[in-house]
Amino acid sequence: MTVLAGTDRPQAAQQDRPIDVPLLDVRGLRVHIGTAARPVRPVDGVGFSIAAGETFALLGESGCGKSMTALALLRLLPDAGRIVGGEVRFAGDELLARSEAGMREVRGGRIAMIFQEPSTSLNPVMTVMTQIGEVLARHRGLRGAAARAEAQRLLDAVGIPDAGRRLDDYPFQFSGGMKQRVMIAMALAGEPELLIADEPTTALDVTIQAQVLDLLARLQAERGMGMLLITHDLGVVARMAQRIGVMYAGELVETGAREDFFRAPLHPYSRKLFAALPTDAQRGRPLAALGGHVPPLDQVFSGCRFAGRCPEVFDRCHHEAPAWQAVGEQAVRCHLYAQDHAEGRTTAVAAPVAVAADARSGARTVPLLDVRDLQVHFPVRKGLLRREVARVRAVDGVSLVLAPGRTLALVGESGCGKTTAGKAILQLVTPTGGEVYLDGTLLAGLSRPALRALRRDFQMVFQDPFASLNPRMRVGEIIEEGMLALGVEPDPLKRAGRIDALLARVGLTPEMKLRYPHEFSGGQRQRIAIARALAVRPKLIVCDEPTSALDVSVQAQILNLMRELQAEFDLAYLFITHNIGVVSWLADEIAVMYLGRIVEQGPVGKVLASPAHPYTRALLAAVPDIGRETAAHAGGAAGAARPVVAGDLPSPLAPPAGCHFHPRCERATDICRAQYPAVTDLRGGRSVRCHWPA
Amino acid sequence: MFAYVLRRLLYALPILIGVNLVTFALFFVVNSPDDMARMQLGVKRVAPEAIERWKVERGYDRPLFFNAAAQGSGQVTETIFFQKSLRMFTFDFGRADDGRDIAQEIRDRMGPSLALALPTFVLGLFASVSFALILVFFRASYLDFWGVVLCVAMMSISSLFYIIGGQWLVSKLWALVPISGYAPGFDAARFLVLPVAISVIAGVGSNARWYRTIFLEEISRDYVRTARAKGLSERVVLFRHVLKNAMIPILTGVVVVIPLLFMGSLLVESFFGIPGLGSYTIDAINAQDFAVVRAMVFIGSVLYIVGLILTDISYTLVDPRVRLE
Repeated sequence: MTVLAGTDRPQAAQQDRPIDVPLLDVRGLRVHIGTAARPVRPVDGVGFSIAAGETFALLGESGCGKSMTALALLRLLPDAGRIVGGEVRFAGDELLARSEAGMREVRGGRIAMIFQEPSTSLNPVMTVMTQIGEVLARHRGLRGAAARAEAQRLLDAVGIPDAGRRLDDYPFQFSGGMKQRVMIAMALAGEPELLIADEPTTALDVTIQAQVLDLLARLQAERGMGMLLITHDLGVVARMAQRIGVMYAGELVETGAREDFFRAPLHPYSRKLFAALPTDAQRGRPLAALGGHVPPLDQVFSGCRFAGRCPEVFDRCHHEAPAWQAVGEQAVRCHLYAQDHAEGRTTAVAAPVAVAADARSGARTVPLLDVRDLQVHFPVRKGLLRREVARVRAVDGVSLVLAPGRTLALVGESGCGKTTAGKAILQLVTPTGGEVYLDGTLLAGLSRPALRALRRDFQMVFQDPFASLNPRMRVGEIIEEGMLALGVEPDPLKRAGRIDALLARVGLTPEMKLRYPHEFSGGQRQRIAIARALAVRPKLIVCDEPTSALDVSVQAQILNLMRELQAEFDLAYLFITHNIGVVSWLADEIAVMYLGRIVEQGPVGKVLASPAHPYTRALLAAVPDIGRETAAHAGGAAGAARPVVAGDLPSPLAPPAGCHFHPRCERATDICRAQYPAVTDLRGGRSVRCHWPA
Repeated sequence: MFAYVLRRLLYALPILIGVNLVTFALFFVVNSPDDMARMQLGVKRVAPEAIERWKVERGYDRPLFFNAAAQGSGQVTETIFFQKSLRMFTFDFGRADDGRDIAQEIRDRMGPSLALALPTFVLGLFASVSFALILVFFRASYLDFWGVVLCVAMMSISSLFYIIGGQWLVSKLWALVPISGYAPGFDAARFLVLPVAISVIAGVGSNARWYRTIFLEEISRDYVRTARAKGLSERVVLFRHVLKNAMIPILTGVVVVIPLLFMGSLLVESFFGIPGLGSYTIDAINAQDFAVVRAMVFIGSVLYIVGLILTDISYTLVDPRVRLE
């Protein structure tokens, strides 16, 4: 180990550079936002380099300065932001010294960028041709027929079918995955040497994510582009990156090659990121949640920025900022690895502690929730008389059974109808057909007062904690409202006591009941939403993607809380999600939904271990899995044998004839195109709807 | 789209009947036909016979809504409401109290009204959008700050001040143009310069401030960042990307008033003595001439409905996501 004090960047990363001048060389980059008197410092001395053809991943949670770093490279910071120091050398050329006009030559030409949200990042009122054409005209001088031919070639290259015709379409006529392909085509139009991809697949479904990642990897290899990949997803990093930099609170805390990083993450923060991931292996044990939050960045740090949350913190961390330490080929900013620290640390993640298997009882005889053949159809009306011309079969014959105290995960791509199914079960949208029994009572046809009385028993927690809490109500009022409406705890004093107890139970303090939702972070808000649901003592909570808007460390806290509450109050969860990791950690049963119907269901371990339906298999394969990715790269077959589902989810307005999945299924035969498969019961309480189950 | 427009026009019928009903009821709550006759014949010492004669001559001797004395459908048709108000659906506006044909009067006065309103509208829109774009281009600078201060100051001053101040300064002190009046043909320009300029100045403060807000909201969107990341200059980003998107909300406020330009401006026409439909309406209200007021309210409602339909259609032109179904 060598101490490399006084530098802002890891030396180890420089040694193995293949060529003399790296494509991109960033040193000591510092960004301030806001007033000069008390600036926020989202990027505070960041340095790294990227070689031609290499992918460097910036990894970290939201608010750590990843996106600001990327925007600063292109000098595209928001109005209040400014670069106050550092160097950005691109192929030896100092970008920060360029004039604004000179910088515009680089943007979109030599360095291109793609963004997280393809649906808002494209101009909604300009055709795809116009938007790609702007780049072609600006950087390659192509206009007219030549530009059109080139744009078509680009759309072809990113895998958009029927590219010639689609050039004149507007962004809203493309699906989310296709929009991101258009973004990529636009970025490639200037033939960039470096591509900056800021969370390029975060807004997409896993199957689409797999397609887009494959595309990016292929294009990069073909063109020898360097790539700066910004992501919070360890799976994506494992799949794509050659080298990795972990960012925390405005600075890099660890860099290294992928193999080293995934074999032995050095920084305590990196290790916590791994431990917070819900996986099958962690099942039955609480996740290693990271307490606290990223410190405010408007201060000058005297010690280590992670000290407040670090499990291995010691005295020196609080008053001395750690310098870069080289550990083999890796580099880390942590006092634990300093030469004068007592001894080398174990670098591996602590071995899993053996824990007794899931202690919860098996399925009981009386189900709490029994859904039979649930249907929700939305009419499509047209013409002068608003006649019904078609129906969107959002939910088309869903049957589910959920026992008290158990968790059923409803899994599928966005648009498959899982949220509508959840709402229909709670009678928040009126089902078109089918039956929902709660504790043996048929919900459909109940009078409004009778249904209201039953609402105590089932509650919902929504996906977006920022939108689902009324911003004009205090937290206490939000929690109290349900109790008042449903007549739980009529006595005001007892009610107030219950609010305090609930807040304490979900990990907040009773004083917080006087505050408004905007004063809380995303994770805290989701705790409030859970407290609100718990207030009426429900037996069933429908959770609609409750953690998908949260960072992994916060997700771990919320999932731990939900599991504790389930054991404590014997709650049943209907857990609507697309996150397979969460499912494998939390759920007892799984139901996989495709285009309004459940194609496979059964106990979670069995379904995930040996999926019978081709869709389930494709869905599982699309999730970038750290272990599998690392093994694949080690074997030298990067992504070669990955089964990727082709195409998009078809429209529920006009589902394919026969089995809805057949256009995307490699096993499809004539019978699949003609007839929807019936339910086949397999052993072990599993069932599948497929003509050719595995 | 055809079916959509047709359906909207069908919806317009009950709305227009309702507007008529409300105008009619409000007017006759305040004035009885007797009051109208007395107003026309001179308030003092009018013989009851003269009032009756006035009412019979002009058809105000019938009941307001329901004629119990008549037979069959006559119970509804033999009423003031049916005879006076519902006839307007055939664009038969009848005669004003002074005996002139209202339809002819409207045709004559439309020209001067448009001659004032159309330049005001076009120049006003151009001035407001340009001013807002300048402020946005120099956003978060002193120019932007003082521009907004100017906007607030301009919108805080009453338009009467602009009119009287302008007449005093330009017409009286500098004697550049006549204070008021109108002449047909190209001579009208002399009379119109000042009212148009004043109308534009009176409107530019609030509009520019509103458009600036719309532009700023658009400029913070993700697609603008994408456009900048392409290497486009700020000018291209603003004019090609932002302006096109910002026109969508601006259009809602603007297209709807285009048909109403025919109605003229009540205030400016009165102050500058322009014989348009605005001053016609004001005069009729002063004279309690119900026939004219009724006709103007009806035409105003029709034009407003047309304006709303035009707004919907214009959306399909600027926003490819909108399809009228």
